[in-house]
Amino acid sequence: MVVATETLSRIFAALADPTRRDIVARLAAGDATVNQLAAPYEMSLQAIYKHLRVLEEAGLVSRPPGPQPRPVRLEAGVFDLMEQWIERYRRQAEERYRRLDAVLAAMQNEEDEETDE
Amino acid sequence: MTTITEATIEADPKLPMIRITRDFAATPEQLFRAHTDPELFVRWIGPSSLSTRIDYWDARSGGSWRFVSTRGGEEHAFHGCFHEVSKDRLVQTFTYEGSPDGVALETLRFEDLGDGRTRLHTTSLTDSFDSRDGWLTSGMEVGVNEGYAKLDEMLSDGTV
Repeated sequence: MVVATETLSRIFAALADPTRRDIVARLAAGDATVNQLAAPYEMSLQAIYKHLRVLEEAGLVSRPPGPQPRPVRLEAGVFDLMEQWIERYRRQAEERYRRLDAVLAAMQNEEDEETDE
Repeated sequence: MTTITEATIEADPKLPMIRITRDFAATPEQLFRAHTDPELFVRWIGPSSLSTRIDYWDARSGGSWRFVSTRGGEEHAFHGCFHEVSKDRLVQTFTYEGSPDGVALETLRFEDLGDGRTRLHTTSLTDSFDSRDGWLTSGMEVGVNEGYAKLDEMLSDGTV
């Protein structure tokens, strides 16, 4: 599906940038205006708008119509994506710890044998 | 007390930190040995598809370590220092030589639960959110198909 692949590429590209990941992380805590989002960064408001446009085009954030200043809102789907990344990392740790379980069991067996002798 | 049989993970929103907690059917002393004895360590650290060899390993406060994981011609090396090696706590630095400027501070705490059980508390403090998120999303290339499958689902049901 060509359309979907393009959308996916946009999402990954949008999240590849640390400032945009940071914006997404901050929006996870709640909606914020562009001025609020821009406050911690040492960059122009224009640069922030540019980042927001990339996020918006990727479908990760939206600015629902309403009275000014319109807040920027995180689209819920991004949570699934983030959770999935964290879950994959967790699974890697769990796999490693299952190997550790096996090593610990082997250590216990050796100790038991030594005690038996 | 609840048993944490599967690893739990927490990515701190305010600090570039990852916390992992997991219970083991072993004493703190056994868990300590599995982390500090290089022969035991190589048996569990790497993904099963990689084989790991120790380059150097001096598990005492102020010592240093380096290991290399290989798969075919592919090599991944890691090194760091043992900052503190004590019975219930290990503090060490961790660098993946693929991004040599990055360094994480890892703290492992062995909490004795009694009855031959131990809870392992691991925290990895990276030097920036960027590198923390880099860690979390690492392996994305490997698991990218999974990610795409999930995204396909989200796209088709209109979540994104």
